[in-house]
Amino acid sequence: MTDIPSSTSSSGPSSGRSEELTIRPDVKKRAVKIYTRYERFWHWSQALLIFILAFSGFNLHGTLSLVPFPLAVMVHTYAAILLLVLWLFTTFWNFTTGQWRHYLPQNKGLFAVIKFYAYGIIMGAPHPYSKSLARKQNALQSLAYLTFMVIIGPALWLSGIAYLLYGLWETMQNSQQIFSLVAFVHTAAAFAMITFVVIHVYMTTTGKTVFHYIRTMITGYEKIELTPAEEAYLEEQQPDMLKANE
Amino acid sequence: MTDHAAFRGLGQAFRLASAAVLLTALTSISGPVIGWSKAYASPTATADKPSTEKQITGKKPGETADHSKFEILQQDFKSGPEVTKACLSCHTEAATQVHDSIHWKWEYDNEKTGQKLGKRYVINAFCGNVASNEARCTSCHAGYGWTDMRKDPPAAPEAVDCLVCHADTQYYKKFPAKAGLPITEPMDFNGKPFKVSNLIEAAQSVSLPQRDNCGACHYYGGGGDGVKHGDIDSSLNKPSKDLDVHMAADGGNMACSACHSGSGHVWPGSRYDMEAKPQARDDEGKKLPSFAMRRMNETASCESCHTDAPHQGKTLEAIKLNNHTDTVACQTCHIPEFARGGVATKMLWDWSTAGKLKDGKPFALKDDKGHPSYDSKKGDFIYEENVKPTYSWFNGQFTYVTDNDPVDTSKPVILNALGGSANDETARIWPFKLMHTKQPIDAESKKLVYMHLFGKDSDAFWKSFDWPNAIKAGQEYMGKDYSGKFEFIETRMWWPITHMVAPSDKAVQCEECHSKGGRLEGIEGVYIPGRDDMPLINWLGYGLIILTILGVAIHTIFRIATRKQRQH
Repeated sequence: MTDIPSSTSSSGPSSGRSEELTIRPDVKKRAVKIYTRYERFWHWSQALLIFILAFSGFNLHGTLSLVPFPLAVMVHTYAAILLLVLWLFTTFWNFTTGQWRHYLPQNKGLFAVIKFYAYGIIMGAPHPYSKSLARKQNALQSLAYLTFMVIIGPALWLSGIAYLLYGLWETMQNSQQIFSLVAFVHTAAAFAMITFVVIHVYMTTTGKTVFHYIRTMITGYEKIELTPAEEAYLEEQQPDMLKANE
Repeated sequence: MTDHAAFRGLGQAFRLASAAVLLTALTSISGPVIGWSKAYASPTATADKPSTEKQITGKKPGETADHSKFEILQQDFKSGPEVTKACLSCHTEAATQVHDSIHWKWEYDNEKTGQKLGKRYVINAFCGNVASNEARCTSCHAGYGWTDMRKDPPAAPEAVDCLVCHADTQYYKKFPAKAGLPITEPMDFNGKPFKVSNLIEAAQSVSLPQRDNCGACHYYGGGGDGVKHGDIDSSLNKPSKDLDVHMAADGGNMACSACHSGSGHVWPGSRYDMEAKPQARDDEGKKLPSFAMRRMNETASCESCHTDAPHQGKTLEAIKLNNHTDTVACQTCHIPEFARGGVATKMLWDWSTAGKLKDGKPFALKDDKGHPSYDSKKGDFIYEENVKPTYSWFNGQFTYVTDNDPVDTSKPVILNALGGSANDETARIWPFKLMHTKQPIDAESKKLVYMHLFGKDSDAFWKSFDWPNAIKAGQEYMGKDYSGKFEFIETRMWWPITHMVAPSDKAVQCEECHSKGGRLEGIEGVYIPGRDDMPLINWLGYGLIILTILGVAIHTIFRIATRKQRQH
């Protein structure tokens, strides 16, 4: 391992960004409601449903035996239907509010974020990314959430719906083989989902304090840098998004 | 500040409202779950029927004729054929119809396998063969006096036995060793007085066949009550609802012909050619608009009445259960065990030990439950009650080992191999009684041999307990080549289980198959959640999760270890 200078690091364009910004006098950190009420509702209800689905699902898979099989079937199916409804609403919400832009992949700064989590965080380096109103997530986060939304999620709901609607295609040729494949995809995606959740939950502990990010996801407020224009706009138009200055 | 407070108030209200909406949505979606037991409601079990004397059959009895008032039936009948003659004087076509039936011919041409089957030809895993043992075996022929399997049954119309199917069984019973005839004078069988039939009462008591009519033969296949089938024995005369929902007096109170509903003295539902996955088609194979119309077909299947979506209601559970009907036969879940009525069934029969004598005399032993365990005439047995079925894919086709097929003795020989697999769209998973037997073959040609068991001659095994002579006589009777050497081999025989349907709440529960080591453990070609591991995905999946947790743990340790350092 190479020796990393602990303080005044200036190598690389991104690692010095926050430092650079803090010395700019026209940028202030303010507590801004970056997660709207719906976004938080989405997050926490989705989290609850995913946990219910994981436990009931692995109950069905035979890994766990917490509840009787038919109850697990009921719980799993109804939770899946609720999650599908939630995702439908959220897709609508994401596109009508323009929030979808936060999930667009951006290569800029991805490597710096990976480098930060790989060892910068251990060595005490500052986070290379600073949340802004225009971009709430860093490049790695965007990529992870995009993977969640376009690969893991769809693999689960597509195979899950196919499984639920088995009665409609049971007379198809090779329906038994297709059924096995559907179950295979669903199980594989479930393992991927659990891996995602483990990492995601761990990452929430990497904030200023262990519970900092979780608190943010509950209250919606996070201290981020605002340009004078942004601050003035919010003060004038959406004062409820700003916490009063201490 | 007041603005904010007002907003917060509004927010509170919104939060409450959204919670309420969510709750309502949840309850409305999960509402149908409460309709749990409704999913099992059976179309036949709902109405409270007044108890009727006669059982319900496929056809309604006319009840316009009281046979006791018929002059022709008021004669002093001396024999069965005399009664038949009287019957035929009105029922002019009955004998011709019976002559066309498997009950008469004991012959079944299986067009699909090209095999000639039926009792006349088949060698089974019980008493083996009818040939050379006729007068005993043909006590269950629907006629009188068939004493030679090598010839067709007697052609005279009055050789048909009307009474065995139509008379009240309290007045009529065929003698076990008189080729189908009853006795009208006292006589012993096996040292015990046998029922003397009252032909006049019998003739006047006729009705559509009741269960004990069919049961007079079908309960006792293989030489005793419940011996052969496992799901058909005398407990079905007066079954509780727990034993059989269809036949119980307080259930469907159905006679056999309510399901085996044919016409013209021919009944559907022969084991020799089954329909393992009934389709909504008519007799010509044309698709019917609804499954209910199968009721008009001459078939005996659950689907005929219950359709292929038998679990009622729009609940998720009903939908889930109905999703099983393309792969799992109704019987698989709804007959959790056979031989449940207190009559044991024979599960193992070892002919090789037959013929032991005590002081020069044959003897019999019983096991600690009182079931026969040894008989010098027949060998060793194992009888069992409340037996969990053996399960297999089955498309309705059996391929028999005939007397011309050499067998492979390196493993147990399956006398009636099951057709079907997971890839066969006419197959489903069916429950069976798997009979275990040891029986003789020609040691050189490796073909099944005929056993001459019954008869007054000294070659009959039950007379002189001499296997070499008994087998030689059997082979000679049928004109078969015989090397003169025999050996006993292990055989198996599949008996589909389809009677003794339990009430819905006693059906096989989900976990009994959806678990490791469950009832369907050996069933291949289908993914069963809870049973199947998918080894590849499990290894990769659990591996990935473990590695992730490990990575997280190492990361955490590094973070904690360097925390102090970072604070400086």
